Amino acid sequence: MEQLSGNLLLTAFFLYLLATILFAVSVTGRKWRDKSGDMTGNKWGTLGFLAALGGFLFAAGYFVTRWMASGHAPVSNMFEYTTFLGIAIGFAFLILYSIYKSNVLGMFAMPIIMLIIAYASIFPTEVEPLIPALQSYWLQIHVTTTALGQGILAIGFVAGLIYLIRTVDFSKGGKKVFWLEFIMFSMLTVAAFVIIRYAFNIFGYQTVFQYTDENGAQAEMIYELPPILGPNNGQLIQQGSWEPLFLLPEWIRSDDANTLVWTFAAAIVLYAVIRLLLRKPLSQFLQPLIRGVSPDKVDELSYRAIAIGFPVFTLGGLIFAMIWAQIAWTRFWGWDPKEVWALITFLFYAAYLHLRLTRGWHGERSAWLCVIGFAIIMFNLVFVNLVIAGLHSYA
Amino acid sequence: MAKVICECGYSNPEGTDLCEACGKPLNEKAKQQTLVDMRYEGVARRSQTYNKSIVDKVWNFFSSVKVGIWIIILTLLASSLGTIFPQEMYIPNNVSAAEHYQEEYGVLGQIYYTLGLHNMYSSWWYMALIASLGISLIIASLDRVVPLYRVLKHQKVSRNEGFLRRQRMFGEMTVPAGENQLEAAKHILKKRKFKIREEGDNLVAEKGRFSRWGPYVNHVGLIIFLTGAMLRFFPGMYVDEVVWVREGETEVVPGTDGEYFVENEQFFLEMYDENDETFATALERAGGNIVETFQTDAIVYEREEGGTIGEEPDLQELKRDEIRVNEPLTFDGFSLYQVDYKLNELNVMSLEMVNRETGESVGELQIDLFNPESEYDLGDGYRVVIDSYFPNFEFNEEGEPSTISSIPDNPAFIFQMFSPEHEEEGEYSFVGIQRNEDVFGENDYEMSFQNVETKNVTGLTVRKDNTLPFIAAGGIIFMIGLIQGSYWSHRRVWLKKENGKLLYAGHANKHWQTLKRDFEALYEEAGISPPVDQVAEKEQAEEKKKQQEGGS
Ligand code: HEM
Repeated sequence: MEQLSGNLLLTAFFLYLLATILFAVSVTGRKWRDKSGDMTGNKWGTLGFLAALGGFLFAAGYFVTRWMASGHAPVSNMFEYTTFLGIAIGFAFLILYSIYKSNVLGMFAMPIIMLIIAYASIFPTEVEPLIPALQSYWLQIHVTTTALGQGILAIGFVAGLIYLIRTVDFSKGGKKVFWLEFIMFSMLTVAAFVIIRYAFNIFGYQTVFQYTDENGAQAEMIYELPPILGPNNGQLIQQGSWEPLFLLPEWIRSDDANTLVWTFAAAIVLYAVIRLLLRKPLSQFLQPLIRGVSPDKVDELSYRAIAIGFPVFTLGGLIFAMIWAQIAWTRFWGWDPKEVWALITFLFYAAYLHLRLTRGWHGERSAWLCVIGFAIIMFNLVFVNLVIAGLHSYA
Repeated sequence: MAKVICECGYSNPEGTDLCEACGKPLNEKAKQQTLVDMRYEGVARRSQTYNKSIVDKVWNFFSSVKVGIWIIILTLLASSLGTIFPQEMYIPNNVSAAEHYQEEYGVLGQIYYTLGLHNMYSSWWYMALIASLGISLIIASLDRVVPLYRVLKHQKVSRNEGFLRRQRMFGEMTVPAGENQLEAAKHILKKRKFKIREEGDNLVAEKGRFSRWGPYVNHVGLIIFLTGAMLRFFPGMYVDEVVWVREGETEVVPGTDGEYFVENEQFFLEMYDENDETFATALERAGGNIVETFQTDAIVYEREEGGTIGEEPDLQELKRDEIRVNEPLTFDGFSLYQVDYKLNELNVMSLEMVNRETGESVGELQIDLFNPESEYDLGDGYRVVIDSYFPNFEFNEEGEPSTISSIPDNPAFIFQMFSPEHEEEGEYSFVGIQRNEDVFGENDYEMSFQNVETKNVTGLTVRKDNTLPFIAAGGIIFMIGLIQGSYWSHRRVWLKKENGKLLYAGHANKHWQTLKRDFEALYEEAGISPPVDQVAEKEQAEEKKKQQEGGS
């Protein structure tokens, strides 16, 4: 069953790839304008939508079969949660597509879904038993609703990004172009991370260090990537690897730092190659491809996504979270970092809605806010889970 | 209060931009705009009209959305500060906070501690931020909801032409003779679930007005929620206690004024089966030890009425249940949660008094480590007196025997052993875990350790939170308002036939694309040509101008 579940997810991944291609063709290929000035009339978009729908159905199949295999909803660790977020974005896309029929949204949303699912697969994928604190049906209710809310908000980000690529004036250069390119680079960084990890994994690379940990005890650390940075007093205890260039002090997780160095190196190479091929910033390359897109319409699409996603996120990330915290941890609120960052996300989008509704922040400013909002969601997923919470469990 | 009388005869309050009834621009500002500001239908708001007294100034400050947004942003930034390092309640409680932050996080930790960020969420300034959020919510909502309600109630069907022309969506066409587009439009809009009102050759179709109240409903929910959170600080609203209960024992539930008692029948924990194939890989990576269940089998008792104080209370069984993580036991507003435990706590120790020479036992004593007797009579002139008892033994700074706590984690005794040979003085013996010493050299008898009984102890949190009904009501109302305002929008279409011409305009408080689809239907089914989106038109003109400038 676990095997089947994995295969369904893999199929979904390739369907999303197919959908990306179909949507890209629909946006960049031949088409004609209708009376209100919108682009319509080629079949590729519909095919792309069908592929996205298929991707979602296979992903749902993964979810159900994995649930059957493990006996609990597969949302209990980083792999499962992150994958579910990808699936949720796919679902959110289907909702927004059915309202706005926007092919360009598919062209940008699909690769982001793939990126997130690929990133998820780097974490350990085996099914894990639930510790007592997680044994509650509120786990499923809370986590799925939150992820769905975040998925819909992510579509708001995608539409905001499209708006920016469509409207930013590249001839002037400056801060806007820089930050837009920074978003592109960030996405390439995630891609680079996944590629590097898979590349070394295929060759079965692994090496082991003996080192002195922060308590002065001897311990072992497994490296999945060749060591550029080694641990404190690290000694290689497995043949077939080069020696690290530097040894780090004991208070830094050297395997993570090493992965970080590899990732950034790979991302810079990847970016440089693409940039040389295109001879211009990535976002500038994309701009002419989506010239037919109406900025006003993607602006409204992005706001609509936030307006739909905000209540869902609030329900899952704050209200259901509080109900469960009251049952599991005796109090509905405890200022735990994860809780606080959910509150920050909530406050941020509340500020966004007020700025938009009552201070007329439309278009470009609204689009930048969507980007920041998504950055906060990702920060909560990656940084708070892996770094701040890591400090917690370690202290 | 000065009134502004419109030419339609309606008398508006001072400060009105657009007549509440017919929409005619009333002042110079509104007349000069090419588009009217429809945010609050041009209604007079207190904050926009008066600015003299202190009350006006405070009112205007808090009713400003700009200020409101700043408060939200500041709360957001402040909240994030508190997550840089763990809050004080999450650090180990065996070291002082000052030391902990310095040791774990260096200079930054010291600064964090000095600034009070380790306890930030209960600091006065954080509370002040939340309080001003609440005040701002109340004032800003009142400032808007009252006039908004009035204007939506008084709006007339027939609208001033200047009002229609200054709408974002506006169109006009000559009506071909013999056609009745008004009638056709009415049917189409009715089919699209609009509410229609007519007045002569004027028609207004309206849909989703209730969604306009969404923000105010959600703000009310928030205010109730915040009020509930504040009630926490009133005595009696909130109980947060811990009770430790040994197996087989009954303890009074703290925080209940001695009203309730809880018995721990047994406590146990269960591990996941290591041979379970489903989780084989994960269990192996975790080293095989993952707890599946923590459970206390508990009975709650209520004190019988009328018992005399000081006597053993008469207890009446109230509820019998299993308490697990995620499954608290609840009675009369109190909940007992499984939060902690201690396995195999020493409970009863048995020792024998043995004659050293013959190795014969002269008798056995069983000491309840929580309530030892002072003397144990073994018969035949043998008895043991407990001279000193150290439940958790250590040598203190002066090198004297002492105890760290009253929990028998490491019990030690000084016994005085009386026997026919030593009738007067007895002999002294010091006995602890892996320790058995004469106090004054050569003894004839010794205390020999036999065995020890252990018990599991459960740690339960006792919680009562009378603020929950407020919190829940606030949360529910908030969600209702949020959905009401987010998933519906307020749309209006006005049609006006005048001198052989049809004027039409539309307004949506959000989601204009949906309104455009309504107009598309009017075009396709009634031949009313699509109105101009005056905002989009302006933006397109600007973009074109920019491109030309860039090109030249
Ligand atoms: C965290 C706190 C708050 C939340 C969650 C919240 C939520 C909301 C939401 C969801 C809307 C509707 C927005 C839309 O439909 O796009 C709204 C509107 C509004 N909020 Fe808030 N709000 C908060 C605080 C405040 C504060 C402090 C003020 C004070 C200035 C304020 C003033 C307003 C106003 C004036 C509106 C527009 C109402 C209308 O146009 O009918 N809000 N709020």
